[in-house]
Amino acid sequence: MPGPRPRNMGPRPKIDNPGKIIKRIFSYLRGKNRLYFIIVLVCIITVAVATTTSSVFLGSLIDDYVVPLLGQKTADFNPLLIALIKLGALFALGIFASWLQSYLMAIVSQRMLKEVRDDMFCHMQSLPIKYFDTHLYGDLMSRYTNDTDTLRQMIGMSIPQTMSSMFSILVALVAMIRENIWLTIFVLLTVVVMLFIVKYVGSRSSKHFVLQQKSIGQINGYIEEMITGQKVVKAFTHEQKCKDGFDSINEELVENAFQANKYANILMPIMGNLGHVQYVLIAVVGGALALSGAVSGITIGVIVSFLQLSRNFTQPITQISQQINAVVMALAGSKRVFDLLDEQPETDDGYVTLVNAKYNKNGEIEECEERTEMWAWKHPHKDGTVTYTKLEGDVVLDDVDFGYVPEKIVLHDISIYARPGEKVAFVGATGAGKTTITNLINRFYDIADGKIRYDGININKIKKSDLRRSLGIVLQDTNLFTGTIMENIRYGRLEATDEECIAAAKLANAHDFIMRLPDGYDTEITENGASLSQGQRQLLSIARCAVADPPVMILDEATSSIDTRTERIVQKGMDSLMCGRTVFVIAHRLSTIQNSDVIMVLELGRIIERGNHDALIAQKGKYYQLYTGAFELSSGNQDSDV
Amino acid sequence: MIKRLLKCVREYKLSSVLAPAFVIGEVVLEVIIPVLMARLIDNGILKQDMRYILITGAILLVACICSLSCGVLSGLFAAKASSGVAKNIRKDMFYNIQRFSFKNIDKFKTSSLVTRLTTDVTNVQNAYQMLIRGAIRSPIMLISSVTVAMTINFKLSLIFIAVIPILAIALYLIITRVHSVFMKMFKGYDKLNNIVGENLHGIRVVKSFVREEHEKKKFFDVSEYVYKLGSKAEKIIALNTPVMNLCVYGSIIAISWIGATIVVNSSETALTTGELTSMFTYAMQMLMSLMMLSMIMVMIIMSRASIQRIHEVLVEEPDITPPENPDYDIPDGSIEFKNVTFSYANDPERACLSNVDLKINSGETIGIIGATGSSKSTLVQLIPRLYDVTEGEVLVGGKNVKNYDLAALRDEVAMVLQKNVLFSGTIKDNLRWGKEDATDEEIVHACELAQAAEFINTFPDGYDTYIEQGGANVSGGQKQRLCIARALIRKPKILILDDSTSAVDTKTDALIRKAFAEEIPNTTKIIIAQRVSSVQDSDKIIVLDGGRINAFASHEKLLSQNEIYKEIYNSQQKGGLE
Repeated sequence: MPGPRPRNMGPRPKIDNPGKIIKRIFSYLRGKNRLYFIIVLVCIITVAVATTTSSVFLGSLIDDYVVPLLGQKTADFNPLLIALIKLGALFALGIFASWLQSYLMAIVSQRMLKEVRDDMFCHMQSLPIKYFDTHLYGDLMSRYTNDTDTLRQMIGMSIPQTMSSMFSILVALVAMIRENIWLTIFVLLTVVVMLFIVKYVGSRSSKHFVLQQKSIGQINGYIEEMITGQKVVKAFTHEQKCKDGFDSINEELVENAFQANKYANILMPIMGNLGHVQYVLIAVVGGALALSGAVSGITIGVIVSFLQLSRNFTQPITQISQQINAVVMALAGSKRVFDLLDEQPETDDGYVTLVNAKYNKNGEIEECEERTEMWAWKHPHKDGTVTYTKLEGDVVLDDVDFGYVPEKIVLHDISIYARPGEKVAFVGATGAGKTTITNLINRFYDIADGKIRYDGININKIKKSDLRRSLGIVLQDTNLFTGTIMENIRYGRLEATDEECIAAAKLANAHDFIMRLPDGYDTEITENGASLSQGQRQLLSIARCAVADPPVMILDEATSSIDTRTERIVQKGMDSLMCGRTVFVIAHRLSTIQNSDVIMVLELGRIIERGNHDALIAQKGKYYQLYTGAFELSSGNQDSDV
Repeated sequence: MIKRLLKCVREYKLSSVLAPAFVIGEVVLEVIIPVLMARLIDNGILKQDMRYILITGAILLVACICSLSCGVLSGLFAAKASSGVAKNIRKDMFYNIQRFSFKNIDKFKTSSLVTRLTTDVTNVQNAYQMLIRGAIRSPIMLISSVTVAMTINFKLSLIFIAVIPILAIALYLIITRVHSVFMKMFKGYDKLNNIVGENLHGIRVVKSFVREEHEKKKFFDVSEYVYKLGSKAEKIIALNTPVMNLCVYGSIIAISWIGATIVVNSSETALTTGELTSMFTYAMQMLMSLMMLSMIMVMIIMSRASIQRIHEVLVEEPDITPPENPDYDIPDGSIEFKNVTFSYANDPERACLSNVDLKINSGETIGIIGATGSSKSTLVQLIPRLYDVTEGEVLVGGKNVKNYDLAALRDEVAMVLQKNVLFSGTIKDNLRWGKEDATDEEIVHACELAQAAEFINTFPDGYDTYIEQGGANVSGGQKQRLCIARALIRKPKILILDDSTSAVDTKTDALIRKAFAEEIPNTTKIIIAQRVSSVQDSDKIIVLDGGRINAFASHEKLLSQNEIYKEIYNSQQKGGLE
């Protein structure tokens, strides 16, 4: 098996506009973080000042305090003592500042990581279903850990290091200019050469760091997919193939990691030695000038002190270049983070909201705070008036067309009228578009043409969250969350009491098996309920929906893994659950849908027959053939049914 | 622990040795170059000797080139070694995970395994690179500066010596305190990964219940937890720098005072002013290398927690292992259960299957039917040894499954799981999971048997159609048929279908069974189904009830004698499935 096909995981191995990314990273320095960061900057400068002053002081120590004492009979050490105490005080300040700097940086960098992660998660929650259908999960997970982690190194270490190096450069530069402007210009020219090299090597390095982060994402995706599918891997003794697939991605990663680190690693020796070369050049050129006396102002003394200064100048530059590695990696990582943050969220222009309602004295619907088991759509109009429409569960699809991609329409002229309390069933071969219709009702996807009305309101006008709250859905692929059974049932309605959850479990016939589990309702579910059978998971997800108590329900193959006998028992509960609700049912098992008010037979994205069971049987069409087992609905449509 | 990880160095041994070797060259030159530079000033410029300037300049340039080469080479080899070692660690971990049984995976959790393979390995990779580059440089610089200091004035250099144990104790305290925090923080990372993973898989549930805010709150809690531990760990590490500075600055002041008294009192006989100045230079040099060393220490502290987590995966022994002298030959497709009891918790008190006795002849078609949670899937998963029995034994081809080589056994026992998983790749790639070297004809044939050829042919890319992860772009029924084809392609002796035609319509279901009967008559076929129609033409049907065999007989016999079966049958007759 080949490695996963690269998909939407950062288009080019290049960092566009690094300045913009850095600016964006800094935008996370807000609130307290900004204050802390300013204090950190002050600390960095304090440390740099302390270091510079102390080295100046040490230089003068011997001449000013030790030499005068030489030859004296009774040496007076007091001036030295006082000077040392002063130095000690300066050191103490430096030590304190360096501690405060790292202490605050620990808070700032970790808090920034937290905020980046929180932002990512919030944004991810707002993305449309389509995004999740087209991205590798493991790769997205990698952005929360591996990519945000690259920021830590940069914020915690590179920025302070660069700041203090910049300070040293500045000090050296001022001293150099005061010494001799011409030699300073010469030094600056060599620095330009150095910067070109940094740019060249740095861009190579950055290209590979981008690739490295991408490969890490890919490997994350592969591992996640393979471990999740471990049962299949084992059942097919596919371990070797799986290893080969892993090896090929792993090789790609190692190549990118090697290239990236190679360029990052060689930068420092190059810069350091260029500094040395520059030193030699100044010595030779300066020496020649000084000896010839061609340029006034360049004396032997000037050259000597200038040589020392030029070292002070180039050393911090070398140190900064050492940080390039971390900075580039952080840029590569944050680019992937920002790519996620820049994804277009699900649009929601809805303004009609769902509110608790009751009748007032005049028999009109009125909004209220408490839960009244009655809901109303609150519809504000342009003229400032607000109307309330009682939530009934009347769903109308009017001539709806839809395609997952605009060029390819998979649903044609779908018209469905579901009156409040009706049970509407969809029957059809796999790929006929049954699930797609339900995806449109809760607006996981938006229709291309036609209208969907809910209690007479165009669903595009309804706030998505309120629309979905009014729809309960049970999917074939059950997804449970880490937590207890009770918590999983309560997921349907967070404020439900234990008794309500248990009642829902009983309704779904899940109570018995839950009681047989070692800790009953407190049994912890991990790994999507790996220890439960597929059928048991479906029962739980029915209970979860029952607790939500929605006016409209969508059951998409909700009982496919439940045996018919249990289903019959569940059915009783389901029937009482469905009573008074509009229900859309998708099922292969015709027994599940036989008692529906209306059955839609779908083929290739079109409704070909509609009516209740008896009418359809009497019609002796496709449904009849399917029912009697004489005909198989063609599964021609190759598009997603999910 | 470290020993096991060092095994991962393997082909990168040479690079791992060369990197520090070139570092030594670089360090030696780094010591020589300043000496040459000093001479350039003292003997050349100050003495106005242009010839000396040029000669020394030339020597310096050569030294620079050497130093550059050493630096570049060490950087190169370090990059190669560290990324290579990381590769090997990942490889070893992944290979070991492939040996894991489900119990092993449950123990670690998928999300944790993912973090261990990526974040933790990256930490180790960075630490390793630091180690082979910096761990040589700093001590050499440190030792050389202390040694030179000693030769200048032994008494004064004792100050350095006195400082080192203080530093060591401080570092020890920091490391021991921070390790447990890091361990906890990484656990937080696992949780973080788990929430993100669950949300990705269950995004439809989250969105349809409008639980975005709820999930965000859950995430914020974990993210806050990670933040707290992360900043706690870094705050402890933050003590590192001031402690280092305290020691070095303290020794500078001590040197100034004691040095000055020595100079003055001995009138420059014991120590000259020039020597005192150079003592400061060495103290500064010491500071620099200690800084480097402490940075390396931080990396190592961090990676220590990662190393431990990696090590746990590497040494985890799968609890289902093939025997020492495995049997590779599975004579036929007969299956026998002898008094089998099974519990996921390995506790006979909480058994899912109790005292199961069963005998299936080679080539028979056996149906299994029973209520939700009656352990149908559990029963069949014991045959290819996806789980081991708690008590009793399972025999395939007359031999205990524990005697077979695992791969050989699973090659002959093909299983189509209830929860079908397709992997990202083309249809062909997915089918070749069943048999690596399957020819196109074999693939087409298997698909025809599984009634999948028809819909595959309607795809524009046919057998080269790309399947998205988890099979997101094919429908449930299509997925099931592809999975059946994938199992058929291996021509197994035993074929197990665990409710694998639930999304396939009855007609196709019947066609699949017909194809089985005609094309693979010698294969033992076990079919778990909800529909009686799917199993009624089997040779015999097992009726499971609460983990026990309630009956094992033919359709007709069961219909006349077995209450449960009758009830199931009637429920479906009334439902009008046939």
